[in-house]
Amino acid sequence: MKKINKKFWLGIIAALALYGVVQVLLTTGILDDVQRSMLLLICVNVMLAVSLNLINGITGQFSIGHAGFMSVGAYTSAILTLDYDVPFVLAIVAGGIVAAIFGVLIGMPTLRLNGDYLAIATLGFGEIIRIIMLNTEYVGGASGLSGIPAKSTWTIMFFFMLITVVLINNFIRSTHGRACLAIRENEIAAEAMGINTTLYKVIAFTLGALFAGMAGGLSAHTFYVITPGSFNFLKSFEILVMVVLGGLGSTAGSIVGAVFVTLLYTYLRDVPEWRMIIYSIVLILMMIFRPGGLLGSTKFSLKKFGKKEAKANGGISDSSAS
Amino acid sequence: MAMEYFIQQLINGISVGSIYALIALGYTMVYGIIKLINFAHGDVFMVGSFIGLFSARYLASAGLPPVLVLIISLIFSMTVSALLGITIERLAYKPIRKSTRIAALITAIGVSFLLEYTGVLVLGPQAQGFPDIMVKKQYQLFGTSIQVDSNQVMILITTIILMIILQYIVRYTKTGKAMRAVSFDMEAARLMGINVDRTISATFAIGSALAAAAGVIFGMTYNSVDPLMGVMPGLKAFVAAVLGGIGSIPGALVGGLLLGTVETEISSMGYSSWRDGVAFAVLILILIFKPSGLFGKNVREKV
Amino acid sequence: MAASATAVLLDVKEASRSFGGLKALSEVSLHIKKGELIGLIGPNGAGKTTLFNLLTGVYPPSTGSIILNNESVGGMKPFKINHKGAARTFQNIRLFTAMTVLENVKIAFHQHAKHSMFTSMLRLPKHFKEEDEITRKALDILKIFNLADQSEELAGNLSYGNQRRLEIARALAAGPKLLLLDEPAAGMNPNETRDLMNLIAWIRKEFDLTILLIEHDMSLVMGVCDRIYVLDRGMLIANGTPSEIRSNPKVIEAYLGQEA
Repeated sequence: MKKINKKFWLGIIAALALYGVVQVLLTTGILDDVQRSMLLLICVNVMLAVSLNLINGITGQFSIGHAGFMSVGAYTSAILTLDYDVPFVLAIVAGGIVAAIFGVLIGMPTLRLNGDYLAIATLGFGEIIRIIMLNTEYVGGASGLSGIPAKSTWTIMFFFMLITVVLINNFIRSTHGRACLAIRENEIAAEAMGINTTLYKVIAFTLGALFAGMAGGLSAHTFYVITPGSFNFLKSFEILVMVVLGGLGSTAGSIVGAVFVTLLYTYLRDVPEWRMIIYSIVLILMMIFRPGGLLGSTKFSLKKFGKKEAKANGGISDSSAS
Repeated sequence: MAMEYFIQQLINGISVGSIYALIALGYTMVYGIIKLINFAHGDVFMVGSFIGLFSARYLASAGLPPVLVLIISLIFSMTVSALLGITIERLAYKPIRKSTRIAALITAIGVSFLLEYTGVLVLGPQAQGFPDIMVKKQYQLFGTSIQVDSNQVMILITTIILMIILQYIVRYTKTGKAMRAVSFDMEAARLMGINVDRTISATFAIGSALAAAAGVIFGMTYNSVDPLMGVMPGLKAFVAAVLGGIGSIPGALVGGLLLGTVETEISSMGYSSWRDGVAFAVLILILIFKPSGLFGKNVREKV
Repeated sequence: MAASATAVLLDVKEASRSFGGLKALSEVSLHIKKGELIGLIGPNGAGKTTLFNLLTGVYPPSTGSIILNNESVGGMKPFKINHKGAARTFQNIRLFTAMTVLENVKIAFHQHAKHSMFTSMLRLPKHFKEEDEITRKALDILKIFNLADQSEELAGNLSYGNQRRLEIARALAAGPKLLLLDEPAAGMNPNETRDLMNLIAWIRKEFDLTILLIEHDMSLVMGVCDRIYVLDRGMLIANGTPSEIRSNPKVIEAYLGQEA
């Protein structure tokens, strides 16, 4: 127990050091605006990936509608700051809470579906949320909301991200997180061992939606404009790609995946016509040669997602996450 | 009057629905055989449409009669797309066949992006006009106000012919029987001496050819094709496949026609911006109340 | 043995279950008193596992009732029935294979943890207190099954015999009154089987358990069980002491008929 605590505090100290260094680099102007917005984007993506990993990687529920929750959070918080002058941090949290409510509403009916069917249903819900935004004049319809105050500073972003990672990781490494893992591993056995599987699936979904909503709010307050189109299923895919590239089931992996994808996206901007082509080739090659992701262990196969004859690979390493 | 209007929209819906159905067949066949949601399938539809466009342009300028232009373009596009489908399966999906399902899904997304943005790189992002192969003719139906145009007739005839061919292949040919065996139990089929790799290739070839046919028809109907055109129809066709019961060939057909009709009726009522939303709502209702779709079988996990 | 306790722990009354048109169990009635070790035997496809699935809530009985500890549990969800005091193992082992041996057992203690997920997320003292307690109790159980030194191993990496034992350990950790074992000795060699049976007899006394045991091997059940129920084609065809069952012509016929 003491050992875990020590590791935990070492992680926190390292994170704070990282924050300090970047803060100094930003104030002294060594990092320019492009790099600054890339750093902010990394924070948003880390929040999205870590929260989706809780649903997909830990609880084993195949969800590809995460952008929907992100958009609920983004729109809610943007309206609160634009129309009601709600304090910024409060608006972000409120956005997360509204997204979490959507998580409950969507989770309850859909979570009895399995595997691919759940994936399709979440994708459908994500798209429905987008189409509702598209048809609602109050939130600007197709042109979305603009003039959102750019209040997401590096400090705010970093601490929201840090809190997200710590809270989700603490959840994963507790009896509640173990309940979620057991569902992924063998739902029937988990239920037979006294785990209320429906409840824990909804909890995972709701927590995931909560943090995705906050990430959405933060990104809305970084880039001035939000449109329904920026939260379509391609965005959901992008988040899923981060989680899988990093290593499904590992918090550390999700962080690495989010950073990797963001860097790839940003630096490929210099070759716009080749950007998506290189990105897609990286995806395909990664899945062929390292399906367990960058940090995935090859110790054991993820049976729930695996096909019948799945061999070792596509590993998980929840206990190594810091 | 209202009845005639409804029937008019139904006829319009059947054309859109045929396109969905032809794409949905590929989804459903591939899912049935290797349990992969092939997200790149909508992009094969796009490639098929472009190949149809180029060959139609070439053939029309060579002065061939319209019916011949259509038939040759269709067959050429289907053949090239079938080869594309086989290549995609061999290069991208075969290596990950024994990998996790989520890895397979990511690979499919990767292939989808690759096709789309190679298209953008090579052809440019802007839409191109599809040549008018045949002059559209309008027909009145039995002295009513209901109108059918020649294009709709062509779509219906093409779809029906392709359906008959498909049904023949699946039911009566060796490949078709092998396909059914592999989708039922891949390992058992292998033990029975069926060449599983070849069967999977054949499935991709047939599915891609049907998508290409849908692409050519789409181009002729809407006169506009672009590299990202496959995304939405692909997704909708997938909805249609689930609606009919994924893995079921008649299901894909009925699902496609049903979805096309519902969408057209909704658009005609003035809610066209909600059209996609209704499609997804239908999807979710089906999944919640009858996840196996209209024609699918229920599978229960053995405890 | 708690021979003095005569209270009925499990009472099944005319429970039936059909799948589609197929009747897997028809009007099965049985009762188990506190402290008994009961065998459930029958040829392949007789409905033994189906009965287990009814008792543990995997699916509800089509008709009939199941009373556990004076409470009707027929149609309850599996996790509820587990909370009411019935824990099981599976014929085809269902461990949490990518979790450690220790974590597997800890899962069964989840229902006894009182702290909320917010307590865990904020790492309040109660989280550590209960987590330590769960770890300690889980290790105690692993010691009984000689698995303590492999507690950090992934469950999927254990030997087959140890996987079977871990499943029993996990079921025991839930603190059941009624333990349902579905062919616990399947695939074991005679030595392992004997050890396992001794262990089952021991935990029965130590934890004051009532046990219902499915077993394919007749001779094995005969040696340890107080009473035996025999299922054939979804119906109970006999019930009695091992010696009564051995000489029951219906049972002999059911088993011979299957071999023929």
